[in-house]
Amino acid sequence: MPVQQICTVVSMEQLDANTWWMVLEVGKLVFERGLCGGQFLHIKCGDGQLLRRPISVARTQWDEPEDTAALIFEVRGEGTKWLSQRKVGDKLDVLGPLGNGFNVSDGSRYLLVGGGIGVPPLIEYGESPKWSKVAVLGFRTRDKAFPAVTSRFEENCEQTYICTDDGTLGRHGFVDGQVRDIFVKDKNFTGILACGPKPMLKSIAKIAAEFGVPCQVSMEERMGCGVGACLVCAIPMKDGTMKHVCKDGPVFNAEEVDWDA
Amino acid sequence: MPDKKTPRPETEGIIGGATTSIALFQDRYVDMSVDLAGVILKNPVVVASGTFGFGREYGQFFDLSELGAVCCKGLTLYPREGNPAPRIAETPMGILNSVGLQNPGVDAFIEHELPFLRQYDVKIIANISGNTPEEYGIMCEKLSEAGVDMIEVNISCPNVKAGGLAYGTRPDLAAEVTREAKRHASVPVMVKLSPNVTDIAEIARAAADGGADALSLINTLRGMRIDVNTRRPILKMNTGGLSGPAVLPVAVRMVWEAATAVKLPILGMGGVSKGEDAAQLMLAGASAVAVGTALFNDPYAPLKVRDGLAQLAVRQGLGAVRDLTGGIRPW
Ligand SMILES: Cc1cc2nc3c(=O)[nH]c(=O)nc-3n(C[C@H](O)[C@H](O)[C@H](O)COP(=O)(O)OP(=O)(O)OC[C@H]3O[C@@H](n4cnc5c(N)ncnc54)[C@H](O)[C@@H]3O)c2cc1C
Ligand SMILES: Cc1cc2nc3c(=O)[nH]c(=O)nc-3n(C[C@H](O)[C@H](O)[C@H](O)COP(=O)(O)O)c2cc1C
Ligand code: FES
Repeated sequence: MPVQQICTVVSMEQLDANTWWMVLEVGKLVFERGLCGGQFLHIKCGDGQLLRRPISVARTQWDEPEDTAALIFEVRGEGTKWLSQRKVGDKLDVLGPLGNGFNVSDGSRYLLVGGGIGVPPLIEYGESPKWSKVAVLGFRTRDKAFPAVTSRFEENCEQTYICTDDGTLGRHGFVDGQVRDIFVKDKNFTGILACGPKPMLKSIAKIAAEFGVPCQVSMEERMGCGVGACLVCAIPMKDGTMKHVCKDGPVFNAEEVDWDA
Repeated sequence: MPDKKTPRPETEGIIGGATTSIALFQDRYVDMSVDLAGVILKNPVVVASGTFGFGREYGQFFDLSELGAVCCKGLTLYPREGNPAPRIAETPMGILNSVGLQNPGVDAFIEHELPFLRQYDVKIIANISGNTPEEYGIMCEKLSEAGVDMIEVNISCPNVKAGGLAYGTRPDLAAEVTREAKRHASVPVMVKLSPNVTDIAEIARAAADGGADALSLINTLRGMRIDVNTRRPILKMNTGGLSGPAVLPVAVRMVWEAATAVKLPILGMGGVSKGEDAAQLMLAGASAVAVGTALFNDPYAPLKVRDGLAQLAVRQGLGAVRDLTGGIRPW
């Protein structure tokens, strides 16, 4: 159940010109309310912005006196710019935990597929010792593949494949080519956990269906309330109904989603 | 039921008044109860249709019994999936929405949502939209029988191509729909007016002639926002309805004009986010106020508006908050 939580910024690390790694003290949201990676926080970004901004939780930690949650975000507009200007010790007004993370079970084996700013919400799944995993991480270019992020996968996954759109690091091309090559040799996965831009998710969903591997995708849509009351964050499903990113998602089963809408 | 552990910000100095009609501030009592067409609300703060779902979500943050009334998401006779996304765009001190009346239909509301709301000591207002006057009539019958406290007839939703806008912008159609709703309703009928008209007084009179028990206003103002880089509107429907603090002055003016034109009680809304905003609408003639968009910024906004109103009433030496209604001293 979500609550309003006043969170203190405990660290702020700049990864590049417009990407930040922020760690918040989140009260007992992790211990008492099960806040986990892949869920999101709805953050008030100053008095100038009427709407809160949804940012995914990258990783969480039980801690004393307060639990912590790491957020990795890119500056896109006024709200995220304001967020990037916060200093250690500043307070943030946050709603959370919101949404559902990936549905995972111990002892499984997952293929984690992330693209760009969709990679951070997979970190907790990439680090967990409870299941085995292979990671495929895609970035626009070498400079966007932050070692602070990719090392978390490299240190904990059976194998981590990096792809860049421009070929400056790892495999030249999109993640879908790499995923296909993996499945041709080995499709012994409990499922795919994917997060990234919609075109990427769409093509991963297609490959997953082709190889018969269950696939969960984390989706984005513009939000109002963030809690399921206003119905603005709608995503069309194959059966003709709408589901809502903030309440039913952001993680959906790929075969439920109407990818052609 | 609300989680007792939920931390809840308290408004400074206010004691009591939460789930009762009496608030205490600086050793002074103030009666918060108001009468909206015979429906007694324990305080004048209502949550606006479409911003609060059917109460379940924000009910996680506070006890719904703290509100004067819950106005439910707009219902139609049959379920609707609404418009494609993006359905929201942020604008200076406001938002545009184009949800398009997504709802489970009146029968599902009665079966699955109404029993949930009934657990709380709060008045329930159903909000309805129809394609024809007959649809309004059928819904009024079903909802009256199901036991809602009041029906708000939306003749103003600007998003639905069939109907919607036309009723709210033409006096004859507004009167016809009101009459049809009244004929089939056994609970008070409140007609929700569209601000997208030249003369709100004319529509207010038409609704009064049709037999409305109360009026509510304003619904959203039609607006548009364009992304200058892609040259595309942010909303997939191109245009949408504007709400939030940006529309407050329009709401105050229109409530005043409607209150001057007709004798009906008014539920005022549009951009309310603090006690003073609510007091403006009440002074202009509203008996109660609804809070909508402000919820998206702060889930506790309705309670802060309520407590702010109580403080304002005490500061002005009022024994009852209803004494604000119509108290404007125009030049
Ligand atoms: C569930 C979810 C999780 C997210 N997680 C992350 C994350 O971990 N890291 C990260 O960098 N970004 C994330 N985003 C995207 C992030 O919310 C947007 O970049 C941010 O809202 C932009 O706000 P702004 O004021 O800087 O930009 P502006 O463009 O000025 O914002 C204007 C409005 O549009 C909305 N908006 C703009 N872009 C998006 C978008 N892509 N998705 C949703 N709403 C948008 C804003 O919230 C705001 O209401 C996530 C989005 C969602 C829906
Ligand atoms: C997301 C959203 C959905 C809405 N849905 C409805 C609706 O279904 N029926 C209706 O009569 N008004 C609807 N409204 C209008 C509000 O009830 C209210 O009249 C308007 O938003 C002005 O108040 P505010 O500025 O406090 O939000 C909606 C408004 C918003 C923002
Ligand atoms: S943002 Fe309001 S329902 Fe999802």
